[in-house]
Amino acid sequence: MKVDKVREPLFSARNRKLLTAPLNKDNPITIQVLGICSALAVTAKLEPAFVMAVSVVAVVAASNLIVSLLRNTIPPRIRIIVELVIIASLVILVDQILKAYVYDVSKQLSVFVGLIITNCIVMGRLEAFAMQNKPWPSLLDGIGNGVGYGIILIVVAFFRELFGSGTLYGVTIIPASFYEAGYANNGFMILPPMALIIVGIIIWVQRAKNPDLVDKS
Amino acid sequence: MFSNSYIFKYAGIMVILVAAILSAAALLLQPAQQRNVKVEKIQDILKSANIESTTANAEKVYDEHIVREIVINQEGEEIGVYEDGQFTKGDIRAFEIDLRGQLKIKQQAIQGKTNLKPVFPLFVAVVGTDTLYIIPLEGTGLWGPVWGNMALKSDLKTIEGVTFDHKGETPGLGAEISLPVFEDQFPGKQILSDEGEFTSILVVKGGVANSNIDPAHGVDAISGGTITSDGVSNMIQNNLSNYITYIKNRRK
Amino acid sequence: MENLINIFIKSIFIDNMVFAYFLGMCSYLAVSKTVKTSNGLGLAVIFVLGVTVPVNYLINNYLLRKGALSWMGGEFAAVDLSFLSFIMFIAVIAAMVQLVEMIIEKFSPTLYASLGIFLPLIAVNCAILGGSLFMQERDYGTIAEATSFGLGSGVGWWIAIVSIAAIREKIRYSNVPAPLRGLGITFIITGLMAIAFMSFIGIKL
Repeated sequence: MKVDKVREPLFSARNRKLLTAPLNKDNPITIQVLGICSALAVTAKLEPAFVMAVSVVAVVAASNLIVSLLRNTIPPRIRIIVELVIIASLVILVDQILKAYVYDVSKQLSVFVGLIITNCIVMGRLEAFAMQNKPWPSLLDGIGNGVGYGIILIVVAFFRELFGSGTLYGVTIIPASFYEAGYANNGFMILPPMALIIVGIIIWVQRAKNPDLVDKS
Repeated sequence: MFSNSYIFKYAGIMVILVAAILSAAALLLQPAQQRNVKVEKIQDILKSANIESTTANAEKVYDEHIVREIVINQEGEEIGVYEDGQFTKGDIRAFEIDLRGQLKIKQQAIQGKTNLKPVFPLFVAVVGTDTLYIIPLEGTGLWGPVWGNMALKSDLKTIEGVTFDHKGETPGLGAEISLPVFEDQFPGKQILSDEGEFTSILVVKGGVANSNIDPAHGVDAISGGTITSDGVSNMIQNNLSNYITYIKNRRK
Repeated sequence: MENLINIFIKSIFIDNMVFAYFLGMCSYLAVSKTVKTSNGLGLAVIFVLGVTVPVNYLINNYLLRKGALSWMGGEFAAVDLSFLSFIMFIAVIAAMVQLVEMIIEKFSPTLYASLGIFLPLIAVNCAILGGSLFMQERDYGTIAEATSFGLGSGVGWWIAIVSIAAIREKIRYSNVPAPLRGLGITFIITGLMAIAFMSFIGIKL
């Protein structure tokens, strides 16, 4: 008996969901609590946050794709170390490219590019998704989670740069007349603690909008 | 399902593959990376002498304006001179000296831990009809390294301009040392007294106006950035002191 | 000696892994529900940081950095392998964690019972890799300085997780707005604690 296997369209409803769910209801930072580590320290300005977001998207998507392609050949006993090697190699590539082409930003990111290796999102997605799924859905899942992570970075950086330095992407936004009227940049926004508090507020807003996400305990 | 020999082969192939890819990438990208580092150093030097440059033309502007690179020792003697693309004395280029390493050697030599003698770089720039002397600076702030360059006018006493930079001083506080607010205080200040003795430039907490320090030898510290300000003060003192013998000889 | 104590104190309070650099946040948020488990994880982190930072220091200074291979002969002096540092550091960390786990299991079953379950978690804790990367970037002069930094960072992380766990145990009795419960309030409290820790900036021994 021959069963005609129906090919799933590239952007079926299921695949679209892989891409969009992490942006809101399944956001890696605010819901899954993954990957806060390496990133918040780079959100004092939009530019490094943006470069960091792009780097993470690239690493998650590529590592998801590679691991998914190899998923049937990887011996389970050395699974973790194989995954780590793949991630670390990709991160080294990203780091080298940043150093060669966007030197200024790579200096600001300093050790935090390297810390993408231990960003739990990357490892988490490999273990939870790429090891069981085909390459195409894995790639989408990687991009979706990377972007979901990047959005939070960029939102946090937006508020910190606007209120902390009065600029956005290095361009002055707050008009000089404001400063003359007594407005002052809030230096506190640039300091690390405010990043945590802003993420706390983002979580608050998001959960207030979606009551089903509220922590039951 | 997977035998031990399969696991070993798998690991071996993976390691070779990864090593090949990474080495290739490193070799391929290295020239661009090294150029970035070099251009940054050049731009820092040029900026202290108020010479405009962009990342694209930095090397050309450097060759035009920096007419001589001098390496001096602690006795104030020139032991290396590099001009017009060739050595006229010695074989060390000031541009290639790792100043932080030399300062470490100086420290160790004082403690008697090494017999090495530190050497220090000096750049001579010509801007229009003026000759400027640029002294690189290296020091430590609150969180990590701070560095900069100081350009002296041809009298080797008056400051033409300075640049400072830092690795990770607190934004809004210590990090202000790299902003014009702080740097613009330096031009016109004197590193020697009227009698020609070394005074350095002090970064004064609470402001020069409220202290008994001669305004010619002091600038205002950054409020809230005391340790960084002290770091800058020490850096200027420590680095300039290496050039004093040389400067005094030249001024005679 | 004074220098070592200075680095130690600085890495606990000023350069605190959690409050200044957000490192190790994943396990910090996930495991900080009770003081007892937090304490266990915190001690394991101190231990692993205290071991991996000096080991990676040796690797960095005698294998990877530019000129590090000069002990093998002059022709190797120009070799710069620092592009391999990420992969070397993470491999060392994974191997050390495995080794530590086996040693503890063999010699101290009681310690293993309390720390054991946390050790695998630690391999992917950013605070551990972060410790090695900061060590490389800050370029410590001696192995003693690197060790002191590693231990200090570990103690800082331990203090952070134990204190947040203590607060979270108590906050269960408070009337927190529903959407903020759990994760949200933990972030905000961590932010407030970080502000408190900022008052340490500038202390010098």
